[in-house]
Amino acid sequence: MKLVIERREISSPLLRFSAPVASIFVALFVAGFLLLASGVKPLLPYKEIIIESLGSMYGLSETLVKTTPLIFAGLGVSLAFRMQIWNIGAEGQIYMGAMGATWVALFSGIENHWVMLTAMFFAAFLCGGLWAGVAGLLRAKWQVNEVIVTLLMNYIAILGVDYLIYGPWKDPQGFNFPLTAQFSDTARLAEYFDTRMHSGFFLALFCALVLYLFMERTIWGYEIKVIGSNQKAAQYAGMNTAWAIFFVLFLSGAIAGIAGFGEVAGLQHRLQHGISPGYGYTAIIVAWLAKRSAIGVVIVSFLMGVLLVGGDSLQIMWQLPVAFVYAFQGLILFFLLASDFFIIYRLKLIRGNAHA
Amino acid sequence: MTDILQIENIRKTFPGVVALDNVSFSVAPGEIHTLLGENGAGKSTLMNVLTGLYHPDRGEINISGKQVHFTSPRDSLKCGIGMVHQHFMLVPAHSVFENILLALDDVPNFFNRSAYKEKIEKLIAEFDLELDLNLPVWKLSIGAQQWIELIKLLLRDCQLLILDEPTAVLTPQETERLFAVLQRLKGQGKSIIFISHKMREVMEISDRVTILKKGCSIATLARGDFDESKLAALMIGTDKVPQWQKSLQMSDELVLDIQNLSVQNDRGLADLDDFSLELKKGEILGIAGVAGNGQKALAEVLTGLKKTNQGKIMAGAEDITNSNARYSYIAGIAHIPEDRKTIGIAPDMDVADNLIMKSFKNRLFTSGIFQNKKAIRQNADDKIEQFAIKTGPDGTPVRYLSGGNIQKVIIARELSEHPTVLVALYPTRGLDIGSAEYVHKVIADGADRGMSTILIAEDLDELLKLSDRIAVMFRGKLIGYVDPRNTTREKIGLMMSGETPGDMS
Ligand SMILES: Nc1ncnc2c1ncn2[C@@H]1O[C@H](COP(=O)(O)OP(=O)(O)OP(=O)(O)O)[C@@H](O)[C@H]1O
Ligand SMILES: [Mg+2]
Repeated sequence: MKLVIERREISSPLLRFSAPVASIFVALFVAGFLLLASGVKPLLPYKEIIIESLGSMYGLSETLVKTTPLIFAGLGVSLAFRMQIWNIGAEGQIYMGAMGATWVALFSGIENHWVMLTAMFFAAFLCGGLWAGVAGLLRAKWQVNEVIVTLLMNYIAILGVDYLIYGPWKDPQGFNFPLTAQFSDTARLAEYFDTRMHSGFFLALFCALVLYLFMERTIWGYEIKVIGSNQKAAQYAGMNTAWAIFFVLFLSGAIAGIAGFGEVAGLQHRLQHGISPGYGYTAIIVAWLAKRSAIGVVIVSFLMGVLLVGGDSLQIMWQLPVAFVYAFQGLILFFLLASDFFIIYRLKLIRGNAHA
Repeated sequence: MTDILQIENIRKTFPGVVALDNVSFSVAPGEIHTLLGENGAGKSTLMNVLTGLYHPDRGEINISGKQVHFTSPRDSLKCGIGMVHQHFMLVPAHSVFENILLALDDVPNFFNRSAYKEKIEKLIAEFDLELDLNLPVWKLSIGAQQWIELIKLLLRDCQLLILDEPTAVLTPQETERLFAVLQRLKGQGKSIIFISHKMREVMEISDRVTILKKGCSIATLARGDFDESKLAALMIGTDKVPQWQKSLQMSDELVLDIQNLSVQNDRGLADLDDFSLELKKGEILGIAGVAGNGQKALAEVLTGLKKTNQGKIMAGAEDITNSNARYSYIAGIAHIPEDRKTIGIAPDMDVADNLIMKSFKNRLFTSGIFQNKKAIRQNADDKIEQFAIKTGPDGTPVRYLSGGNIQKVIIARELSEHPTVLVALYPTRGLDIGSAEYVHKVIADGADRGMSTILIAEDLDELLKLSDRIAVMFRGKLIGYVDPRNTTREKIGLMMSGETPGDMS
């Protein structure tokens, strides 16, 4: 008898759905031991996570607040993935988007609510897009690796925003805190039910739908898929792959940039230090887990939202250390990624002697 | 003597496809056993089952009388079964030597490297191969790459060698060499499973032939019991080969006038050297020549994949010399790539999507910025039917199609462009005889509609049958034209070795 790992020739749709679900349960099971070790009955905190993140209007709204930027950034990153382009810079693009939107909100002097929001939206879109576009240009023209460029530009973006809020854009009435003045009502997204949830969430859903249609129905989506599948074949078929690489990185960054718009216009109503607590990095995991689908990005982002909010509540309600929360989130991600392995491979028990 | 290999009642299904239904056959020691079957009959799948890449749903594999269960190609290698795949598995940037070392279990360390080098060089000499161990693989011809795969297996002392369509990518000269090697291996008592669609080769090399049809082994015939027509009849049934007749009607109007082209290759040598060619409307112009004499460069230059160093390509009155692939398509030049997996297809996309790769912006397949999915589907259904493409269920990625069926997808796409000039580089490589005949028919029908074709092929029979004129190339130069109805194979052969026709044409 021996146990071997073998590659599956085909992975069924059922498996592709059930493996991630099963992996979450395995993660919960393993995390249960951690809980036992810290003297907590395992099932109660799990209930807590669900109740806190989904069980009340407040909890649900908080979950959606976190889900929103993840959807935008996740969509951006996954769009680039479709073409085998690795945009690791969503974090920086969020900051640039937030900066662009803030500039319009504070300095454009637009009076009309809708004009203002539209202008902020496009400013964020452009700033995020151009920021990623730099990597796109370098990659398209000189084959500079986009992973490095997008990653390093994150630091530039974050520090650049810091410079603005510690310096020229600092709110004079802000008691010297690193933040800009509050936006006027003209520059704020609608909020609902007396919670922090804002219309950015619906914009994110809409964006997912548009991106889905873009990829699956338009000729450009088709072109991107061909290039992603085989760049040489695309070139041979007459497609301009250099231009497509630039365009996709631009669009990828632009969509991530909208997340910045959502955060400043919907949530913070100002630009401040740490406007994104790493959404741009989480978005990479989101995009990876969602595989290639826009709908997948929405679902995974929501799941991440639950984890983020539920994790916070564990700290507060059960006095669990923050390290536990990280370990818990890490476990879930770990098993989700591991489930990928079982979608591609399987374990098989072989009776008798395997060869001859 | 017990058979070295015996397989019984093998069945292998993929979702929605029965690739192998019920296959049984055996291979004796020192035998060259040919597998014959239409594209998609299941030959490659059977070999993948045999080498442990796939796991059969049912059935038995016995090696020298003992039943085995392989879980990976590693297992089968341990039992002395080695395979040269239809698509090679080499690292292009590494040298030949490094690629061979990579295949060995005990990767030699710094100290015994030279011992291995000696061993490999001995093998190269023994089998009379031509191979420079220090060259990077990407610089080698496909034929030479195949030697590497073969040497890997010989080093591991495999007793059963599987060659999946080795000759599809070889020149006739290379094929001769390969056959000599195979005969020598056979003399050493090794067994060989050979797959090919070329009847002439099958007749020449096989001790026995097993015919696969729709995933079933339907007959095994020993040498002496088979001839070409009998094999063909068993394989595809009698009257399924498409009939065509070429009505001769090339006009004197020039559609392409190639003037003094020179092209350098990667090694700085001339691929095309002061090459001139005239193509007339409605003409099928065959290009004959020993492979490696500039044919590929010619196709690449014409389709815009390669830049010229000198010379002009005139399409009518228009100079299209330095145009890119798209531009040349608009000018009506399309081409059939030789390297089907590397530049021919988008492997993750389905047949329908691959068929529109060049025409996806065409009015037919769009409404505004959106794709017209219905028209795209309809187009695919038509092409699948016309070219008898065997696909899996709707939406199956092209990568899962059999080699020949991938080739058919590419050809269907190129031919549906209705180009003014079609450059067809080895269009029937890897196609079964029925499909090859259908491609000939489409090219001939195109000529009747006024399409001109530059047909680059190795098979003189194919050229003689199809061409209105044949141009012979040697070392990147045009040696001369011959009239296929009024020439001999010998005459062409002489020209292919560089003798100018003198008063022959
Ligand atoms: N991994 C796979 N997934 C799904 N279908 C497959 C897979 N591999 C092979 N098939 C299907 O099995 C059938 C047999 O394919 P196979 O490659 O064995 O044909 P073949 O006889 O080698 O043909 P050819 O002469 O064209 O190389 C084809 O219809 C093919 O689409
Ligand atoms: Mg095959």
